[in-house]
Amino acid sequence: MAIKERMSGNEAVAHAIKQINPDVMPAFPITPSTEIPQFVSTMIANGEIDTEFIPVESEHSSMSAAIGASAAGARTLTATSSCGLALMWEVLYVAASNRLPIMMEVVNRALSGPININAEHSDSMGARDSGWIQIYAENNQEVYDNTLQAYRIAEHRSVKLPVMICQDGFITSHAVENITLLEDEPVKKFVGSYEPEHYLLKEDEAMAVGPYAISGYCMEAKRAQAQAMINAKEVILQVAKEFEELSGRSYGFFEEYCLEDAEYAIVAIGSVCGTIKETIDKLRAKGCRVGLLKVRVFRPFPGEEMAAALKNCKAIAIMDRCEGYNATGGPLGAELTAALYRTKATAETVNIIYGLSGRDVKVSDVEEVYEKLERLAQGDNCFGEYPYIGLRSNN
Amino acid sequence: MALKAELINEKTSWQDLTEGLQIHEPATSKLFETGEWRTSTPVWEKEKCKQCLLCVPYCPDTCILVTEGKRDDFDYAHCKGCGICVKACPFGAITMKEGE
Repeated sequence: MAIKERMSGNEAVAHAIKQINPDVMPAFPITPSTEIPQFVSTMIANGEIDTEFIPVESEHSSMSAAIGASAAGARTLTATSSCGLALMWEVLYVAASNRLPIMMEVVNRALSGPININAEHSDSMGARDSGWIQIYAENNQEVYDNTLQAYRIAEHRSVKLPVMICQDGFITSHAVENITLLEDEPVKKFVGSYEPEHYLLKEDEAMAVGPYAISGYCMEAKRAQAQAMINAKEVILQVAKEFEELSGRSYGFFEEYCLEDAEYAIVAIGSVCGTIKETIDKLRAKGCRVGLLKVRVFRPFPGEEMAAALKNCKAIAIMDRCEGYNATGGPLGAELTAALYRTKATAETVNIIYGLSGRDVKVSDVEEVYEKLERLAQGDNCFGEYPYIGLRSNN
Repeated sequence: MALKAELINEKTSWQDLTEGLQIHEPATSKLFETGEWRTSTPVWEKEKCKQCLLCVPYCPDTCILVTEGKRDDFDYAHCKGCGICVKACPFGAITMKEGE
């Protein structure tokens, strides 16, 4: 029986963690993810779960402890945001290259500076090439569901990679919404127990993790790691299919909203997609053929599949909640444009930066994007150079 | 298919390495011949040696092997030529020569 509840995104994640009851959680507090380790330590103190909580002195240490615990054979997780994630940088790559299926709850927040605590994707987007799987959520329901699927993907034999479960700081992490929870027993059955083949505390096997690799071996090791990310695609879809059988909720690499016959599409990640859907409903009522491709999985990047889903569009706005500082735009824009090129797509594209550091995006902002897309398809480059939305400007 | 350490060398393809280059067996350092690193070489002068075995625990790479209470010549396949044994020997029974 599904359970109707109301919860914030952080509460939903904590509830999922309670149902999974992982072995080890090292964590260091940082807004807006702080509540997650707080909730988990409360559950431990109340005897509801028997996870070993390790208080550490920094995020570099929390990820290092997570690596140690995972290599020892423990199902491990941590949570962080923004500069906390940045401080883990060095060890993120170590977790991935050692093929440790750690789960990390990332509550997306702007990196400094200017110092700011609000929603932005610059933290996890900065870590996009660290070898971690990245799965993003639009709302509380999705971050709960993604958390339940995380270990099934990460621990799969053909993957064995760490996974970031991302949600937008405050917008979903702290806002309370209706949510449908699963019962404990079916969740435990779905997630299963963690039985790694090799681990440091295995009694009858000597093992070394993370040896030095000279040039004669390092490139081969990296190619093998890349294969794990390629393999993750099939596993993500398989796990989503099983999750749908359990929950009735359907997931893939991305969600298509009114996209099938859309001439003008927006591609975006995270909570802004709620606002975009609202706008689409409004414009569809007037007969406008507008749609949305909401990215759920950013790593592995499903470029080919996204390009196929967008093949009938005349113009596409790719929206990044992250400044790339590369003089061309954001990371989703760069990667999706490349994917469209590889599939010889003919649609006009524009990369738009929005919502930095918690800046609100309104239905009227999205309406304007769709209006401009129509003009763009007719050859009018009305977006101008380097488009931002919701920005005060003299021109 | 991940191969055993003794079968892995610089011709091994990426598909045949272990995940994350993890090592799942003991004592694989024997397979890694660090003797190639040597630029100068310790020479054991057997007639000066009193078999005090002081050099043995000083060797960082376990390259002075002892059988039946007596040391034998160096394991040059693994000796890196650090020269610590020369300093450890009270009888001048070990000297360094240039090159391998």
